[in-house]
Amino acid sequence: MKLQRNGRTKALAIGAMALVSSLSLAACGSDNNPAPTPSGSSAGSASAAIACGKGGQLLASGSTAQGNAIDVWKAAYGSACSSTTITYGGGGSGAGVQQFNQGKVAFAGSDSALKPTEVDASKAVCKTGQGIDLPMVAGLVSVVFNVDGVKNLVLDGPTIAKIFDSKITTWNDPAIAALNPGVTLPSAPIQAIHRSDDSGTTQNFTTYLSKAGGGNWTHAPSKTWAGTGGQSASLSAGVSAQIKQVKNSIGYVELSYAQINNLTSASIATGATKPVDATAANAATTFANAKIVGTGSDLSLSLDYATKAEGAYPIVLVTYEIVCDKGNNPATLDTLKSFLTYTISDAGQQAIGDKGYVPLPKELASKVQAVIPTLA
Amino acid sequence: MTSSPPAESEGRVRRSRSDSRRGDSIFFNLSRGSGILLLVIMAAIAGFLAYRSWLAISKDQANFLTTFEWTPDAAKPVFGIAVLAFGTVVSAVIAMAIAVPVAIGIALFISHYAPRRIAQPFAYLVDLLAAVPSIVYGLWGALFLVPHMAGLTAWMDQYLGWTFVFKQTQLGVTPRNLFTVGVLLAIMILPIITAVTREVFRQVPRAHEEAALALGATRWEMIRTAVLPFGRPGIISASMLGLGRALGETIAVATVLSTSSVLSLHVLDLGGGTFAQNIALKFGEAMPFGRDALMASGLVLFVITLLVNGAARLIIARRKEYSGANA
Repeated sequence: MKLQRNGRTKALAIGAMALVSSLSLAACGSDNNPAPTPSGSSAGSASAAIACGKGGQLLASGSTAQGNAIDVWKAAYGSACSSTTITYGGGGSGAGVQQFNQGKVAFAGSDSALKPTEVDASKAVCKTGQGIDLPMVAGLVSVVFNVDGVKNLVLDGPTIAKIFDSKITTWNDPAIAALNPGVTLPSAPIQAIHRSDDSGTTQNFTTYLSKAGGGNWTHAPSKTWAGTGGQSASLSAGVSAQIKQVKNSIGYVELSYAQINNLTSASIATGATKPVDATAANAATTFANAKIVGTGSDLSLSLDYATKAEGAYPIVLVTYEIVCDKGNNPATLDTLKSFLTYTISDAGQQAIGDKGYVPLPKELASKVQAVIPTLA
Repeated sequence: MTSSPPAESEGRVRRSRSDSRRGDSIFFNLSRGSGILLLVIMAAIAGFLAYRSWLAISKDQANFLTTFEWTPDAAKPVFGIAVLAFGTVVSAVIAMAIAVPVAIGIALFISHYAPRRIAQPFAYLVDLLAAVPSIVYGLWGALFLVPHMAGLTAWMDQYLGWTFVFKQTQLGVTPRNLFTVGVLLAIMILPIITAVTREVFRQVPRAHEEAALALGATRWEMIRTAVLPFGRPGIISASMLGLGRALGETIAVATVLSTSSVLSLHVLDLGGGTFAQNIALKFGEAMPFGRDALMASGLVLFVITLLVNGAARLIIARRKEYSGANA
C-alpha cells in the first residue's frame, strides 16, 4: 500500500519535472533555419545583384535588433546562392561579441561598436589583424502614443525626458500643451511604458534623452532602463501591445513595430524650423551627418542625437557587423565577403528598408563597400 | 536412481539462485549509480553556480543582499537581489494561498464527492491543464487576465485598502502587478497540486472512512477526521511541487509583470520582479560579467528552493506519527 502510493507520487513528480524541463527547452530554440525556398519575383530580381561565394556554412550571431534584417537577407541570398547556409543566432549583442572573440562565428552583429578591451580580445582570433565595426543595419526609434482624439503630437527632448522620468505626469501639462497649440489634451495621467528586458533600443533612446534632454535625464545611458517610474513590458512586441491596450500611454519602439502595429508616432521638435516626423528619410539625414570615429577600416559612427539640422530625426540607432580586418577564417572568408557585399549593396539596403529599417545613405554605404574587398 | 533427481533439482535451484544474485547485484549497482549520478549532478550545479557567483559578487560595488538595482554591466557594477527575492516570495505566497485550498477542494470532489462517471473525465481535464506551455499562460495572462483583473483590483483597493498591502497608489494603471502574477501562478500550479493530492486521498484506507461513518460522523466530519489527517503529508508534498514551479516560473511572469527596481509592499502597484523573470529578460544582452551576476541570483533561488523543501520535509517528518499514514 505504502510502496504503491509512494511510487505513484514519485512517478507524477518525475512526469511533472520532465514536462517542465521539456517546456523550458522548447522555449529557447535557436534561429537555425536552412536556406529558405525562393519566393516571388522580387527574389529573382535581387538575385541578379548577388555574386555568390564558395558556399558552405556561414555562422553568425548577435544583436536581435538586426535579426529581422538578417532574415530578409538570408531569404534573398539563400535563393540566389543555394549552396550557402547562413545561420544567425540572435542571442544578443553581448553573446555575439563573445562568440566572435572565441572564434565560433564568422561575424557578429552588435548594437554598439567594440570597446577597446574587446578589440584587444579580438586580436587572439584575428591573428594578423583585429576586429572592426562595419555599420550595416540602421533604424530609428519612434516615440509612440495612444491618446484618444490626438493624431499629431509634437514633443522635444526635455519633455520626453521628463515624461519618462515621471516628472510630467498628466497629458495636459503646460510643457506638452506649449508644444501642441490647438490640440485638446486630456487631463488623464500619462502611462509611460519602457522595456523590461535589456536592449539596444533602450540604450539608444536613453542616450538621446541624456544628450538632448537638457539635463532632465539624470541616469547614465544604458541597455537597462534606469528610471524608477512608469510601466514596463518585455520586448518590442510587448511594448507595442501595451501601447495598443492602455489608453493615454506613451512608449518607444523601433519604426518597424510602430508600422506593423499601426501605432502613431510623435514628431520631435529638435530646434529645426519645424518638428521632424519619424520617417526613414528623416533618419537617413541624421546618418548622412554622422561622423566616422573608427580608425583604418573600422567605420564606427558617432551619431549626433542633439542634431538641429533640418529634417534630421534625432532618435536613431545603427548596428554593426563585426569582422576581422585581417585574419578571418579562410574557410568562410569568400562567403563572408560575398554576403556582406550583398547586404551593403543598394538592393540589400532597399530590401530591409521595406521592413521598417533605414537604408544607409549612399555616401556612407560606399565607404563600407570599399572596405569589404580588403578583408582578408 | 533415487538420489539423482534431487541432486539435479538442487543444482537447478542453486544455478537459478546465483543467476538471481547476479541480477540483484546488477540492479543494485544500477540503482546506486543513478543515486550517485543525481548527487554528482546536484553538486556540479551548485559548484558551478557558486563559482560563477563568487566571481560576480566579489566585484559587486554594493551589498548583494540589500541592493535594489540590477546594473552589473555598468562601469561601476551595482546589483542586488532584494527586489527579486521579495517579488519571488510574495508572488509564490499569493499563488499558494489561492491554489492550495482550491486544489484540495477539487481533489476531494474528485475522490469523494463526484459520481464516478464525472470524476474520471474531470480528473483528466485537470491533468490537461498541466500540459499547457507556460508561454501560453503568459500570453493569456497578458491579453485576457490582466484587463479582467482591473475590476477586482479596484474593488480590493476600495474595501481592503486599509490593510496597506492591498492599497493602490498609482492612478489608472493596468494591473500588471505581483498580485496578478500570483493569480496566474495559482492557475498554473493548480493541476500539479490537485493531481498529487487526489491520488493521496484515494489511498485513504476504506476502513478508516467506514469507521468514522459508523461512529456517526457526517461526510464532512469523516473527511476532516479520516481523510485530511491521512493525506496531510501528501498535501504538503504536493504543495511543495507546486511551490517549486511557482518559484521558478519564468516566461509567464516575464510576459505579465511590469518590472521595476522598486521594492513596494503594495502588491497591487506595478513593479518588482522575480529571479527567473530577471534572468530571462537580462540574459540575452548581458555581458560576460552580467551573466555571472545573473548566475549569482540563480544561486540564491537554488538556496531558497532548498530551504523551502527542507522545511517541508521537517514538517512531514514531525507530522508522520499522527497522520495515520503508518497505520
